[in-house]
Amino acid sequence: MTTSSTTSSRWRALTHHHLFWPVAVLVLLLLVNVPFTPDFFSIRMADGHLYGSLVSIVLFGSPLILVAVGMTLVIATGGIDLSVGAVVAITGALACSYISDQKDQGALSGVLLAMGLGLLAAVVCGLWNGFLVARMGIQPIIATLIIMVAGRGVAQLITDGQIITINSEPYKLIGGGYWLTLPFSIFVVAVVVAVTVVLTRRTALGLLVEAVGGNAEASRLVGIRSRRIKIMVYAFCALCAGIAGLMISSNTSAADGNNAGLWIELDAILAVVIGGTSLLGGRFSVGGTVVGALVIQTLTTTIYTIGVPTQTNLVFKAAVVIVVCLLQSPKFRAKVFGARFAAGSAAKGSAAPAAAPADAATATEASPKMEVS
Amino acid sequence: MSATTQSPPASDSRTPSQATRLLGDRRLPVVVTALLFLVMYGVGLSRYQNYGFGEPQVFLNLFIDNGYLLVAAVGVTFVILSGGIDLSVGSMIGFTTMFTAWLVERQGLPILVVIPMALAVGAFGGFLMGYVIHNFEIQPFIVTLAGLFLFRGLCLVISKESISISDSSVSSMAQAQVSLGMGFLSIGAIVSLVVLAVAFYVLHYTRFGRRVYAIGGNEQSAMLMGLPQGGTKIAVYTVSGFCSALAGLLFTLYIQSGDPLHATGMELDAIAAVVIGGTLLTGGSGYVLGTLFGVLVLGLIKSIIQFEGTLSSWWTKIATGVLLCAFILVQRFMTTRKKT
Repeated sequence: MTTSSTTSSRWRALTHHHLFWPVAVLVLLLLVNVPFTPDFFSIRMADGHLYGSLVSIVLFGSPLILVAVGMTLVIATGGIDLSVGAVVAITGALACSYISDQKDQGALSGVLLAMGLGLLAAVVCGLWNGFLVARMGIQPIIATLIIMVAGRGVAQLITDGQIITINSEPYKLIGGGYWLTLPFSIFVVAVVVAVTVVLTRRTALGLLVEAVGGNAEASRLVGIRSRRIKIMVYAFCALCAGIAGLMISSNTSAADGNNAGLWIELDAILAVVIGGTSLLGGRFSVGGTVVGALVIQTLTTTIYTIGVPTQTNLVFKAAVVIVVCLLQSPKFRAKVFGARFAAGSAAKGSAAPAAAPADAATATEASPKMEVS
Repeated sequence: MSATTQSPPASDSRTPSQATRLLGDRRLPVVVTALLFLVMYGVGLSRYQNYGFGEPQVFLNLFIDNGYLLVAAVGVTFVILSGGIDLSVGSMIGFTTMFTAWLVERQGLPILVVIPMALAVGAFGGFLMGYVIHNFEIQPFIVTLAGLFLFRGLCLVISKESISISDSSVSSMAQAQVSLGMGFLSIGAIVSLVVLAVAFYVLHYTRFGRRVYAIGGNEQSAMLMGLPQGGTKIAVYTVSGFCSALAGLLFTLYIQSGDPLHATGMELDAIAAVVIGGTLLTGGSGYVLGTLFGVLVLGLIKSIIQFEGTLSSWWTKIATGVLLCAFILVQRFMTTRKKT
């Protein structure tokens, strides 16, 4: 199916692009804010920093975007990582407790060492998860449950059950500082996302990850080192969570082993699903995940700004999970939207009934796998 | 494991010896957990004999302090046996405490009216999740995750603050003691033991129980055999929802308040108890009695940490994680040859 010059087919191509629905939801959510906060889209300059709702959405959403990007790759291999919240807590706890032990908390070398230490711990957690999943063959949800349960205990052990507060200017920069008028964390996120996209879409790595997610055994038989790829992906996911952990603890200048990153794994999975990556693995969209994370952060911000009691936040999230999952379910589409979709789904035999043909025509990425949006 | 392992255990190629037959026995994990419990209890006795660890009441307190967890874990056992997972347990417990406290304290309803209402809400919540999981073929993990958000959110919608219960019938129910000669049990502990007994009967002596095992063992073949897998699946989540609500009621009695953050993360404790109790996470194999020992082991860790005094509460989490890990690895080695 080629994209002819008629507007209708262009429209079709646009609406069937895998990022269309996530972006549409994001735009819609942003627009909902306008009647309540008329200057929602305005960005103003103060003290040489940019301020505005859009900036703060990205700022507060940064840790979630990081965790979700890592989670995307794990889910693409057909896995899931429940331990990211605990890894966030461990990393923050380690970095902060190291800094708080220093005589000069502002010393750059000490801060860098603390960050290195935290990230190292994160990667070790990721390697452990990867080892259990890839080498021992344990279901990902269970393998990562171990660190999810024990990790917070370890984080509390590191902080001795206290909330460690620190006072370190260089450390403050990662999560709460500004650079070139923008929050520094936006740059961190941009670098991580860019590196991920380049690695997965400009090299064969993305293809390999999807092959492993499609069928780990088959890909192993054709010579892909599927175990190594899985271990790598879990380590990368934990690293992302570690960076998010540094960011969260830096933003509050404190490490709270009990509450840092609480439920972030669930938000991250939600972001990945909203972004159109199937939980079954085999396909992924990093761009979709970033949009998904922004949708969640915008939802949270919107709930705050339009004056709905904040405690309903979780109810809204539940509704979003259900709606998105139902829309992704071929059976639901068949039941609700009629037989046309059912036939398409039967012919495709996969989760992308109506969207797939048009997607192929509008593929903008190097590899030919799109996901339903 | 979907096909050949790279290094199959050496014993696989030989004729099954006594040892491999023993390792292949499905009852082994339960026996191991029971032994672990005895060993831990023995260690506790030898360390804290002088502090009254040997009192029968210390042992009975395990049931009193963990009755709600036992009920929740029994519900989760059903789900895991059927090859699913339920993440909404902790939220459902929290929600039930809020719902009960709100109805009793703020609306003035008698507790005996509230109890059936809470149970019905829990069972209906479970039914809904099971319905969505079965009819729209969405992974249980994600549907119950939505349930987790939903019920925790509803807790907060009822009230942001905790509601303490001062109703006299509730407190008399909570403080009621059933003497056993050497000690006493609370009503909650007795209810949890009754639930365990009923679950044991249902799982091992009824058609429904066999269907749960069959679906967990291999859903495809269960379907080909003509088992009503849809109904069973939905029923399993309904049972889990019901058990969570009942656990919530017991928790309300135990703690005599409703709080939107009650039982956060208790689904993990419940899953851990089931796993430590030797139920295979892939479904189809395990015993509800194992779950009892799983809960007792977790409870004993808590008591030992209390007796130790110097140890802090986070060691509970770490110990739970280490045990979880050990049992998962044991399960892994036991099922190496099975196709999972």
